[in-house]
Amino acid sequence: MSDQSNYDELMRSKKAWEEKVNKALQKYPERKEFKLDSGLEVEKVYDPLAVDDFNYRSQLNWPGEYPYTRGIQPTMYRGRLWTMRQYAGFGSAEETNRRFRYLLDQGQTGLSVAFDLPTQIGYDSDHPLARGEVGKVGVAVDSLADMEILMKEIPLDQVSTSMTINAPAAVLLAMYMTVSEKQGLPLEQIKGTIQNDILKEYVARGTYIFPPRESMRLVIDIFAFAGEKIPNWNTISISGYHIREAGSTAVQEVAFTLGNAVAYVEAAMEAGLEVDQFAPRLSFFFNAHSNFFEEVAKFRAARRVWARLMKERFGARNPRSMMLRFHTQTAGSTLTAQQPDVNLMRVAFQALSAVLGGTQSLHTNSRDEALALPSEQSVLLALRTQQVIAHEIGVTDTADPLGGSYYIEKLTDHIEEEVNRYIKKIDELGGAVEAIDTGFIQQEIQASAYRYQKEVEEQKRIVVGVNRFTESEEQPIDLLKMDPATSRRQIERLKEVRLSRNQGEVASALQELRKAAQGEENLMPFILAAVKAYATLGEICGALRDVFGEYQQQVNL
Amino acid sequence: MAEKPVRVLVGKVGLDGHDRGAKVVAQALRDAGMEVIYTGLRQTPEQIVETALQEDVQVIGLSILSGAHMQLLPPVLEMLREQESHDIIVIVGGIIPKEDMVYLKENGVAEVFSPGSSTGQIVQFIKQKMEENK
Repeated sequence: MSDQSNYDELMRSKKAWEEKVNKALQKYPERKEFKLDSGLEVEKVYDPLAVDDFNYRSQLNWPGEYPYTRGIQPTMYRGRLWTMRQYAGFGSAEETNRRFRYLLDQGQTGLSVAFDLPTQIGYDSDHPLARGEVGKVGVAVDSLADMEILMKEIPLDQVSTSMTINAPAAVLLAMYMTVSEKQGLPLEQIKGTIQNDILKEYVARGTYIFPPRESMRLVIDIFAFAGEKIPNWNTISISGYHIREAGSTAVQEVAFTLGNAVAYVEAAMEAGLEVDQFAPRLSFFFNAHSNFFEEVAKFRAARRVWARLMKERFGARNPRSMMLRFHTQTAGSTLTAQQPDVNLMRVAFQALSAVLGGTQSLHTNSRDEALALPSEQSVLLALRTQQVIAHEIGVTDTADPLGGSYYIEKLTDHIEEEVNRYIKKIDELGGAVEAIDTGFIQQEIQASAYRYQKEVEEQKRIVVGVNRFTESEEQPIDLLKMDPATSRRQIERLKEVRLSRNQGEVASALQELRKAAQGEENLMPFILAAVKAYATLGEICGALRDVFGEYQQQVNL
Repeated sequence: MAEKPVRVLVGKVGLDGHDRGAKVVAQALRDAGMEVIYTGLRQTPEQIVETALQEDVQVIGLSILSGAHMQLLPPVLEMLREQESHDIIVIVGGIIPKEDMVYLKENGVAEVFSPGSSTGQIVQFIKQKMEENK
């Protein structure tokens, strides 16, 4: 049979089937409208016509081959599993160091450091604005002394460390490098990631310090410096995670993330860096949300859009510049305070979508995170969830197992198109920095967040335990209790550090940094010198605040 | 004569940057006919009280998810008492453990809305309180 007659036969049978369905619908109407989070209407069934003009080599190609739709490695998880990396950190450096070593003993394969808010915003623990926040959402790090304790007895040549740090990323990186040197490791060996993605802080996460232009300079200084000194370090983790948590759709998550990525690439190239010099160290961070197939398609589409952008728009030649490598975290905002054990199931499905989408590393949320910071037992269950996916259910046996599904391919194409439409819009607005400045991105996210909430309240979106299948009596579960003395002890240590160092050395390092910030030199060497002299995070960021000023948030509701 | 709309301050206290909830609630209160003053991020307790008095609000809604509520909310309540503005209704949204919730409600917080609360509940609560305070 020829292709044409195959096609004709398909059309005929589809028509006949549709007539049957329409009759049935008159008797048994469908339960509701079926729509993706991004708004696309979902059809009753997907068939070969959905991928009519499909070209395997150009749309998918083999795993490890451009445009990497099916994954960035030729063997995917048959060769090596993703890195199981649980974000952790609370209280003091000592407590967090203990949690890290516990997680490594339980089979976790990478570290991920959560810092407290004062650290993330460049304030020392005794700053008035740090009141109540020390050691709360992460570990407090005021100086090199804290980083030394945090990484104590952890072999930094064997683990990779991810640090969720943005505005003061350069300072924390300098601390980590210094500790590695003190452990006697050559810097070329250390592996890890700093988030260093300031643009999404302005729109979604909120831990900015300096205005955008000055912040971008720090980001690019890190690209240039790390490219030479720590070649195995991911210099940025361009993050859609928080954009999604702030309420965006799947499409917006990818679009605004890649829009920001374009801004970083352009800024680096304007600063004179060669694209293939820095682009291989760009990494990404996405959210695994609840609409299972949409999420799988989202990861695949993100890889394809990025590969094409890098090759066609920026002229990258090194395949590594075109590969979108990403970390995934399950969606914290989908966790419910009601019936918290049900969150285990949400997390498992979300994590599975990330694995079927080809993630390089994964954090699974704990069931109790809508109630408190996770307890050790809950974190362990979350890690075990990943281990079940990795070892028991066969989804790691072949690359991109959902590839070729009519539905998945249609969704992947759809998301790619919609993402490109947004990227074009951002370009028209003058790029991501400009689109953030005018509030375009914030308003788009806000509108989606509001729509989502309304859908929940109107029961158009069912959340088990929240607007359906509710229980009046909630079972108590054991929550993590924070040690109230943490803050006092941290402030004492900070004072000791300030007293025991060479004050002249600190003052001159800070003065040099201030001077360099006024000029155009790369700031990393100056920050390293200040860190090594045990200048505190607050002092270093303070010096930069003197020169750069601070960002003032604009809110248009 | 039409009733004057309720004035509500919605604020983020402390360094916490999670403002999805605060913005959604602000928008919902506005859609329900209230006048909303949204402070944006990183407000100190002092700034919250100052703005509330300046703007002459009847309700303060504070959002906090960083776990610093026991350090940052009591000063707000205390300052309102000192200013003899305890008729201002304070409501809180965020991740607040049960025992802290009990403490806060004993000390002047009218209600705590946990994750999963609907904006409808919040609107309803404010309207009911306004009715009681007439």
